[in-house]
Amino acid sequence: MAYIPNTDSDRGEMLAALGLNSLDELFSQIPKDLQLKGELNIPSRLDQMSLARHMGALARKNISAEDHPCFLGAGIYHHYVPPTVGAIIGRSEFYTAYTPYQPEMSQGMLQTIYEFQTLIAELTGMDVANASMYDGATALAEAAIMAKDLTSRSVVLILGTVSKHYTDVLQTYAEHSGVEVVTVSGDGGVVSSSSVEAAITPNTAAVIVQQPNFYGNLEDIEEIFSAAHAAGALAIASVDPVSLGLLTPPGHYGADIVVGEGQGLGCPMGFGGPMLGLFACRTEFMRRLPGRIVGETKDGDGKRAYVMTLRTREQDIRRERATINIFTNEALYALAATVYLATMGRQGLAGVAELSLQKAHYAAEQITAIPGFELMYPGAPFFKEFAVRTAASPEKINEALLDNGIIGGLPISTPDGDQGLLFCVTEQRTRQDIDRLVELLWAL
Amino acid sequence: MFESNEPLLFEIGASGRRAVELPTIDVPVKPLESLIPKKHVRGSLPLPELSEPEVIRHYTRLSQRNFSIDSGFYPLGSCTMKYNPKINEDVARLSGFGRIHPLQPAKTVQGALEVMFTMQNILTEVAGMDETSLQPAAGAHGELLGLMLIQAYQKSIGQGHRDTILVPEAAHGTNPASAARCGFKTKSIRSDARGRVDIEHLKSLLGDHVAGFMLTNPNTVGLFEDNVAEICELIHAAGGQVYCDGANMNALVGRARPGDMGFDVMHFNLHKTFSSPHGGGGPGSGPVSVKSHLAPFLPAPMAIKTEAGYELQFDRPGAVGKIHGYYGSFMCILRSYVFIMYYGSEGLKTISENAVLNANYIRVKLQDEYDVAFDELCMHECIFTLKRQAKEYGIKAIDVAKRLMDFGIHPPTMYFPLIVPEALMVEPTETESIQTLNRFVQVMKQIADEAKNNPDLVRSAPTATPVRKLDEATAARQPCLCWTAPSDAVTAA
Repeated sequence: MAYIPNTDSDRGEMLAALGLNSLDELFSQIPKDLQLKGELNIPSRLDQMSLARHMGALARKNISAEDHPCFLGAGIYHHYVPPTVGAIIGRSEFYTAYTPYQPEMSQGMLQTIYEFQTLIAELTGMDVANASMYDGATALAEAAIMAKDLTSRSVVLILGTVSKHYTDVLQTYAEHSGVEVVTVSGDGGVVSSSSVEAAITPNTAAVIVQQPNFYGNLEDIEEIFSAAHAAGALAIASVDPVSLGLLTPPGHYGADIVVGEGQGLGCPMGFGGPMLGLFACRTEFMRRLPGRIVGETKDGDGKRAYVMTLRTREQDIRRERATINIFTNEALYALAATVYLATMGRQGLAGVAELSLQKAHYAAEQITAIPGFELMYPGAPFFKEFAVRTAASPEKINEALLDNGIIGGLPISTPDGDQGLLFCVTEQRTRQDIDRLVELLWAL
Repeated sequence: MFESNEPLLFEIGASGRRAVELPTIDVPVKPLESLIPKKHVRGSLPLPELSEPEVIRHYTRLSQRNFSIDSGFYPLGSCTMKYNPKINEDVARLSGFGRIHPLQPAKTVQGALEVMFTMQNILTEVAGMDETSLQPAAGAHGELLGLMLIQAYQKSIGQGHRDTILVPEAAHGTNPASAARCGFKTKSIRSDARGRVDIEHLKSLLGDHVAGFMLTNPNTVGLFEDNVAEICELIHAAGGQVYCDGANMNALVGRARPGDMGFDVMHFNLHKTFSSPHGGGGPGSGPVSVKSHLAPFLPAPMAIKTEAGYELQFDRPGAVGKIHGYYGSFMCILRSYVFIMYYGSEGLKTISENAVLNANYIRVKLQDEYDVAFDELCMHECIFTLKRQAKEYGIKAIDVAKRLMDFGIHPPTMYFPLIVPEALMVEPTETESIQTLNRFVQVMKQIADEAKNNPDLVRSAPTATPVRKLDEATAARQPCLCWTAPSDAVTAA
């Protein structure tokens, strides 16, 4: 086997050193009746060349955003990934390393995590950020549990415009953590702060807003957060970090916790995973922050260095009293996001946000000029996604688009019984892509 | 190369530099105020400004200050730091996998769904169970799901009052932490003199409040729990379910299956046993396999095969609920699939054989200089105790660990599990050669000698690394978790 260096001759020498005659004897601890006889019923092996061919064939059975312009969003985005990202996360000093428990040998990873934490804190306008969570959905779930622990209240109020991909996960975690989730519905594609205010009770631990929300619209988070704080509840925002190249960060509105999905920051869409959960909070909550955190310190010679810190919050030390059970998180994807932000920089991220915004609005204008297509929420300001009510079946529209080489928006239906498509337009969509989409929609 | 620090990202670059040029906007531009209300537009964006060469040099230099499997021997017990095959990385780079959106129609992602479906089946077979969910994003996440399944099952048979999970005191910290996150109480089971679960203690803690028992097998000291069948029977007889922490599956692949031992549910760590790269702390993937009585509770969606092709099945009425935004760590699952297909049914056994042989070779070669904690054949990892050196020379496990760094070897796992004092746990994995093992042995012997004759040298280690021993106490007392620009610097909280 190519990955197992030792030959039969090496193994013979090693068995002799052990005073054993066969490899089977190594497993004598396992009761005979528990030892497998024969082989597992799994596929037969492939040599590397055949394996490469097999995987190439499987990959070709997928239509990717590289083959067809993709107008799908809803939390996972086809943003541009500059070549610096692959060049760095492809370095095996990073990707074949373990969690940096031995800091003297792992300053590379530790420093990049510290940089990541700083970038996320700056982007979200918060004080501290952790080294990552599994994804935006579990980050949101952990934020809700953190709010319950900090306020000793058991209800979280969530706006009905938060993505179902998040609320489904929140619901699962909430059920097992004694948190009750109450949804406040809105209309017009956003939720009014007065509806939120009316729903807040003395048992509300936190109010949770997604910005931009699932429909791409902007919520009045300043007013909503004021209402939360007035009642002693925490303000939690779930963000699209790319949007923060343009939009006011929740930290500037007094958010207590900001979570989000970092996939759009240089990570592949990857059929939904792995993802990159973001988690940031205010200094006063630092010791309750879940997950890994890297801090700055000095070594014995006075040199600046980085180390995992505040470890007594973590599972290996506190076990059942840990703030969270997370261990492996998304370090390599956090590195990808760090390199992405370092590469895009101030001008690049603002540019990506602006391009996405303008192209989305151009597309919305062109699409809604077509009879049978209207904006579901005409009054609401939006960023890079917009919901369109369609007279025709959304699935049929998408089939026609697919036949013509375009991956259409996400079929959605709203609580009010509307049907339509959620279109996402990023900086990757050229004017030709958009015009072609519009042309095909006219032709339906 | 390492005399000076590598500056922070924020200390490099200059205003006006760029590493990316975006295309000129090709659609009519509308005034910003007409699209977004002013209050929603941020004032400043405090991100760095670098050119591409500066970005690349900075992160390349940081990578050179980072030890990895590809750089050298990394025998971290319980982590399974095996070589990550490069064909896996080539496959992951194919746009047909990396650039597909999870919400695309099934007919456009048949290749991805086939990988998921096949992996569900492969892992089910390796586990010796009936169904598998690929959704958990790490081992601890898998534990959480497994415990949720146990809870749902107990409730479904009218046993929802069972609120306690039994966990060995030697268990990985995630076990009790996951139980707590699931809303369970935990009780700790002692280990016996042989390093196994103390069956008598276990028996004494059984009762109708016990929902289940979590066991790692081989256990966290690298030994096979030879009473496992009896343990599973005991738990079942008392109305509990048995969970297998599959972190140590590298000792068992192709040789034995947790399902055959009596376990009801287990998780895999694809980033351990099945070579998905550790990534410096993730991403991981923790699929969960179950026996049929727990299958109805597995979360949606599952990959299924119909006459029309592969699909995601969302309609699962008994499901406990999603624990991940989408379908799990697909790109890790993909890499593990390639890894497993390389070995196939014929070759999977060679992994555990070589892993266990390598660990035992180290054990016998070092047993004169270092006290092996348990005097018997080990499985894929062996554990030494430096209790004697600590007493006689004042040299502890951490000192030996740090001294190893000076020889370009990553330390073994230290101080885990807690049942072995001054523990050093060595897991070489199957991908190391006899030459590498011999060198490790030789270095460890040298350090044993230094401990006796030159303890100060050992205690002052490491000296050959980019930084020396760190002040971790101050880092925790006065946390500095975020760089602040000099003009904005505030005193630490």
